[in-house]
Amino acid sequence: MSITIYVPADAAALALGADAVAAAITREAARRGMDIRLVRNGSRGMFWLEPLVEVATARGRMAYGPVAAGDVCGLFDADFAGGGVHPLLLGFTEDLSWLRQQRRLACRRIGVIDPRSLADYKAHGGGEGLRRSRSLAPAEIVSAVTASGLRGRGGAAFPTGIKWKTVLDTAASQKYIVCNADEGDSGTFSDRLLMEGDPFQLLEGMAIAGLAVGATQGYIYVRSEYPHAIEALNRAIEGARDWLGNGPGKFTIEVRKGAGSYVCGEETAMLESIEGRRGIVRAKPPLPAISGLFGQPTVINNVITFASVPDIFAQGADIYSGMGCNRSRGTLPFQLAGNIRFGGLVEVPFGLKLRDLLYDFGGGSRSGRPLRAVQVGGPLGAYLPESQFNTVLDYEAFAAIGAGLGHGGIVAFDDTVDMAKQARYAMKFCAIESCGKCTPCRIGSTRGVEVIDRIGAGQAGQIALLRELCDTMTHGSLCAMGSMTPYPVLSALNHFPEDFA
Amino acid sequence: MENLPAIERTIEAIVAAKQSLPGALLPILHEIQDGLGYIPSESVPRIAKALNLSRAEVHGVITYYQHFRQIPPGRHVLRVCCAEACQAVGGEALAEHARLRLQGSDLTLEPVYCLGLCACGPALQIDETTLHARVTPQKFDALVDALEVDP
Ligand SMILES: Cc1cc2nc3c(=O)[nH]c(=O)nc-3n(C[C@H](O)[C@H](O)[C@H](O)COP(=O)(O)O)c2cc1C
Ligand code: SF4
Ligand code: FES
Repeated sequence: MSITIYVPADAAALALGADAVAAAITREAARRGMDIRLVRNGSRGMFWLEPLVEVATARGRMAYGPVAAGDVCGLFDADFAGGGVHPLLLGFTEDLSWLRQQRRLACRRIGVIDPRSLADYKAHGGGEGLRRSRSLAPAEIVSAVTASGLRGRGGAAFPTGIKWKTVLDTAASQKYIVCNADEGDSGTFSDRLLMEGDPFQLLEGMAIAGLAVGATQGYIYVRSEYPHAIEALNRAIEGARDWLGNGPGKFTIEVRKGAGSYVCGEETAMLESIEGRRGIVRAKPPLPAISGLFGQPTVINNVITFASVPDIFAQGADIYSGMGCNRSRGTLPFQLAGNIRFGGLVEVPFGLKLRDLLYDFGGGSRSGRPLRAVQVGGPLGAYLPESQFNTVLDYEAFAAIGAGLGHGGIVAFDDTVDMAKQARYAMKFCAIESCGKCTPCRIGSTRGVEVIDRIGAGQAGQIALLRELCDTMTHGSLCAMGSMTPYPVLSALNHFPEDFA
Repeated sequence: MENLPAIERTIEAIVAAKQSLPGALLPILHEIQDGLGYIPSESVPRIAKALNLSRAEVHGVITYYQHFRQIPPGRHVLRVCCAEACQAVGGEALAEHARLRLQGSDLTLEPVYCLGLCACGPALQIDETTLHARVTPQKFDALVDALEVDP
């Protein structure tokens, strides 16, 4: 009987040498005349352990990591294919405390299954949500999504069921389902991990959305920085053709590649881009749910939002509503990034404290120095000082301190960070990425860089001007690019004034 | 310019294959750049005609998106991540090192704002095919040395 060995083909694992490890394992097995089956899975999201090699044994999967190509011969010598003891042996994967302390729902198959195999997806419970929703009326599907309390995971946390209902209630001969896979926020990679590690779940969620609102065509807009995700999705779409393309709710999905524009993650700019224009933000109304892609009613959701949908039908609407705190229901896949020792994917129910993530999961800084600032929610997210590390991770608690969770990205900085520089970068990023439609964002961001430079040159009087400028951007911008850039700028200024002196 | 007709044939074939897609412009531009490494100016009138757009509209789209290039790149394109999570672990120093190292080189250096490798930065992408994580200046030099000897 052949032995199954897992070596991730996730982009981060590849960046850390996974292909060389896979090649060495194949070579070494052949040399020893061993019959192995090599599965290129996604990543479990423990990046300090990548490349993480797993071996299927009768008692469960054993994990070894981080494995370098040069370790492979020694691993075979230690009979790792039989779960043998070796300095890189971590134990049974499921027992690793970093994973055990999580509550993985949307991300539970990532790293577990073979993302190229629809059969493996189905063997792990995939497909059940679509099967059940095929016997429901559209309005029943929508009310189950509403009842689950699911809110959009792309950043704005808008209730998904309400959005779907608007599209359902808008009569049109053609409607669209669009998945926002632009994932432009620094410090985020959960969409990428899911697209590479469990792409069928995303397709299934989109197909259910199609049934719910009466749409037969879907698009996934993926950023050009993610070639591996694009490849994984195209392969999955090919593999799912018979599954999704037949019977009631026949559904077609096409991948569209972005072109390096952050603002194209804003939903209306994304629609412009798919339609073949510059990614300029559209004024709302009309809502995309009423007049979206090619002027038709359109459901737009984030990757994780769609991926959360199948379980609502496979396991029941209370799967999310029974977990979390306040009006933040279910789990959020947080992403620990930047200067952090144990960085990666942490899917937990809302309600932990930021500190728990940073220290219990993250193990503090990678450099070993004290953590000084943490940016939550991407380039438009606030910088939090140590005194705010006890904030509870839910949408309401973050709103209360003038911050946001966004897409769940958490970027840690140690005490060598210069917060005036980070504030300057926030303005500069806005200047680079602004779509140019409104003046406060287009011009204000460039002025912001100049003002911060003058503050740095000793003109403390300019701080009042910076605040005024932020105020104008907050209130005068059409979209969050301009109106939220003040979050990182003002939080840096308010919590770390010593860096602006 | 003896290879010009070949370029034009490529452009023609791509436009013909994709022009009937809804929102065909970005897919066409991507395929041209993937095939030729950049978007030659002679593609603009052809695309405009096929999609019933003005040349200014096509040109406007090419210049709006950072990903699209109007001139041929060097032998390889190196993209160093300049976004926050990589900044937190020395990304800026790496970007500056890369700039100095590649001055006068026939390799192209471009900034990129996040590659989704934010837990293992600083991150580097070479030619959209190869990724590298936790890149130090020394590791960068070794990668560049290898690219320079091996064409
Ligand atoms: C500048 C800007 C960038 C954005 N980038 C993304 C993104 O990369 N991915 C995403 O899902 N949503 C992004 N959004 C939010 C989208 O506009 C939209 O709210 C979201 O796709 C809706 O899906 P959801 O309800 O499932 O979250 C961005 C918004 C703004 C203003
Ligand atoms: S705020 Fe900035 S990005 Fe948003 S519409 Fe205005 S100019 Fe465009
Ligand atoms: S910030 Fe550099 S890879 Fe995400």
